Amino acid sequence: MTKDLLAISDLSGEEITLILDTAEAMREIGERPIKKVPTLRGKTVVNLFYEPSTRTRTSFEIAEKRLSADTLNVAVSMSSVLKGETLADTAMNIEAMAPDMIVLRHPSSGAGHLLARLCRSRIINAGDGMHEHPTQALLDAFTIREHKGRIEGLKITIVGDLLHSRVLRSNIALLTKLGADVCVCGPRTLIPVGLDRHGVTVSTAVDEAVAGADVIMMLRIQQERMHGAFFPSAREYFNTFGMTVARIARARPDVIIMHPGPMNRGVEIASDVADGPYSVILEQVANGVAVRMAVLYLLAGGAEASD
Amino acid sequence: MDADRMGRTLTRIAHEILERNRGVEELALVGIRTRGVPIARRLARAIGEINHHEVPTGALDITLYRDDLMRHAVGPQPVVRSTEIAFSIDDKKILLVDDVLYTGRTIRAALDALIDFGRPKSIQLVVLVDRGHRELPIKADYVGKNLPTSLSQSVQVHLQEIDGRDEVEIQEP
Repeated sequence: MTKDLLAISDLSGEEITLILDTAEAMREIGERPIKKVPTLRGKTVVNLFYEPSTRTRTSFEIAEKRLSADTLNVAVSMSSVLKGETLADTAMNIEAMAPDMIVLRHPSSGAGHLLARLCRSRIINAGDGMHEHPTQALLDAFTIREHKGRIEGLKITIVGDLLHSRVLRSNIALLTKLGADVCVCGPRTLIPVGLDRHGVTVSTAVDEAVAGADVIMMLRIQQERMHGAFFPSAREYFNTFGMTVARIARARPDVIIMHPGPMNRGVEIASDVADGPYSVILEQVANGVAVRMAVLYLLAGGAEASD
Repeated sequence: MDADRMGRTLTRIAHEILERNRGVEELALVGIRTRGVPIARRLARAIGEINHHEVPTGALDITLYRDDLMRHAVGPQPVVRSTEIAFSIDDKKILLVDDVLYTGRTIRAALDALIDFGRPKSIQLVVLVDRGHRELPIKADYVGKNLPTSLSQSVQVHLQEIDGRDEVEIQEP
């Protein structure tokens, strides 16, 4: 493994498989009466979050605690960032207190790369702007593998806001690397130029995209990043692209429905789909802890000399 | 040690286990990955043949409890494999099984790991080979064979289930 986990595109297929296999063993720890192993005893992990997050931050924190690391949460709303401190200065100050790892969530793409250059600590990217969210893609892959037994050869359809989604970019990198047949679908205004060069099929017709799918992955409509009129209304979006029971009927009978959360019910996904029998959305959340434990464990090892 | 000898050794240990633990109801076997697991299964079978009682058997991976993790500046982390203990160890007499007893550090880690699963009534240690050179105050309750070795030698246990043959050999450096 490399020093940091910044992007799926840095990982080889073997490294991805190693992370997923390790996560398999980590999951069992969460089923024990004492959900803790001493592995990262004495290591300090700082969770530095510049964007609101419930799932990812909680998931990382639980993963760190299950491995006995000392964890520290820096919530930007209560930190010196509000007084005008730059990311680099904040990071250098945290670095001066000698943590072993920093988990970073930041609204700017590439923020993790900046930190990785400045810091001796290992950096885990927990979402940087519109770039990548590697641990989300890893937990998605873990969940798919658990249900389908493999990733290679599956038809995986991803529907939603393709423009702003870092989850999409990480998932495309991972799923195409492991040999899945990936189809992405969304309104033309939310399709970035050149997306078809990443080895995926691009579509604007959701009914066609969903047909025969083994996995349907929904992406959130990211209202907070939308500064233009990308579609007329949430209601129209739902009618044209929203995942409904009628649409799912076109997919394979054993299809699974995924969503990285937080969901906009009635915008990208109907409530009866989100809570329905095909939905594995809460399993994704549960698997997130095991996958993040695997990443923390594998990165904590000594790979410094190879940098 | 060849296949025949290994078979007789395990049968002998099964008898010793039954002799020392009157009543098998509370017994459970836990093998340490990798080669402790098939040895534990074979002991369960041997005990079953003697008194027709099925002893629950589990597998323990001790990687996350090792005391040498994070001590190496270079190299990948050891691979973590799954722990499968499908029964409650509370108030059980646990027979911890490994192939070779050497420094005792693996057993130390295994004891820590087991205690995280509950509070067994007792833990007894079964090893196929004791090669000496302990670094911790740990002693086996049942030993297949004491094998005096030098520190430079290595002891390899081969098992049918993993390696395709049953053999214990001492490898010279």
